[in-house]
Amino acid sequence: MEVYVNGKDTVLDAGCETVGDLLSVSPWSGKRVLVELNGTAVRKEEYGLTRLSPGDRIELVHFVGGG
Amino acid sequence: MPETKDRYSRQERFYGIGSEGQKKLGLARVLILGAGALGSALAETMVRAGVGHVTLIDRDVVEWSNLQRQNLYSEQDAEDQMPKAAAAARRLRSINSSVVVEGIVADVTVDEIGEYTAGVDLILDGSDNFETRMILNDIAVKRGIPWIYGACAGSRGMSLTVVPGTSACLHCLLEELYAEGDSCDTAGIIQPAVQMTAAYQTAEALKWLAGSRDSLRGAMVSFDLWENRQVSVDTARLKRADCPTCGEQPSFPFLSAANHSRTAVLCGRDTVQIRPPKPRKLDLTEWGQRLAAYGQVNHNPYMLSFTVEKYRMALFPDGRVLVHGTADPGEARSLYHRYFG
Repeated sequence: MEVYVNGKDTVLDAGCETVGDLLSVSPWSGKRVLVELNGTAVRKEEYGLTRLSPGDRIELVHFVGGG
Repeated sequence: MPETKDRYSRQERFYGIGSEGQKKLGLARVLILGAGALGSALAETMVRAGVGHVTLIDRDVVEWSNLQRQNLYSEQDAEDQMPKAAAAARRLRSINSSVVVEGIVADVTVDEIGEYTAGVDLILDGSDNFETRMILNDIAVKRGIPWIYGACAGSRGMSLTVVPGTSACLHCLLEELYAEGDSCDTAGIIQPAVQMTAAYQTAEALKWLAGSRDSLRGAMVSFDLWENRQVSVDTARLKRADCPTCGEQPSFPFLSAANHSRTAVLCGRDTVQIRPPKPRKLDLTEWGQRLAAYGQVNHNPYMLSFTVEKYRMALFPDGRVLVHGTADPGEARSLYHRYFG
């Protein structure tokens, strides 16, 4: 399936069907991110239930710490 | 007395502020945590804008590697190893002498944060770690003081305005202490990322202080100046009813001592800070004489610098030590105990 992750055209592996799946693979696994799917923020408890569809626009905002 | 008649005329002419807004700014008290890159930029904007009272707190001293992006400091400050809060306050007073500027050379932990936040209208985040930010988030929400998160690294930056009782707080978004966020240590940092982050924070600050609250952004903004990307995530639906900080039954976990450490690896270089369990009151002259037997000693009224082997240690009168030359807290602690008891 083809989606847009942070504006980049991305082809997901066959088993990658939910927001939770996407966050479990490189380079996102273990990183703390805010998730927005097609303009709506996704709650953490919804990650595993939120299914992705072709053409989805996903923003993964990785927290930065410096200052 | 400085000429003030025209000073804020262009800001007053701006529809979002006006003369009423300017009066409000003049009566406001703002606390800025951290006087590094973000803190410098935040403080300069608040002071130039005519905020009545600006307090700046920082634990660190000016180093040469700061000058590329920390806009309040000079080569002389680095040469003199000036504490940032003292150097910043001096510079800020020369920019706008009608603002009451307070520079506090100290580490901010749960022990002191209650005192520093008393009577403050707004808190701006210029800190460089999430431990401090979670403490700040807890105290701000507990006291009902709005605060504005800002962070940057590499070419990226983020900002979020937390209005207690209204918006999601940092704890809603992060849930637990997060130590892995990119820092200037791992990702480097360019000055435009600092200025952009500070611009987002200070625009929100002006809105809040001038009473233009309907204009607040209400979203987490995140950008990457090198990748030419920007995104604004509406965080309203991420506010958690069970958040331990802003939820229905708050426990403010980061205000309890069990949740904070006594050592911290500082952002951007090989430095570890160590604080004694309770603040001490040290006579730096006396300590200088004692340590001279082991290495090279220099001191000014604010700190004592002690160099031995490849390490340089800065001792402050409250017993706090910055160990330069290592990023290993254990090694730093051992040096601390060896020389400072």
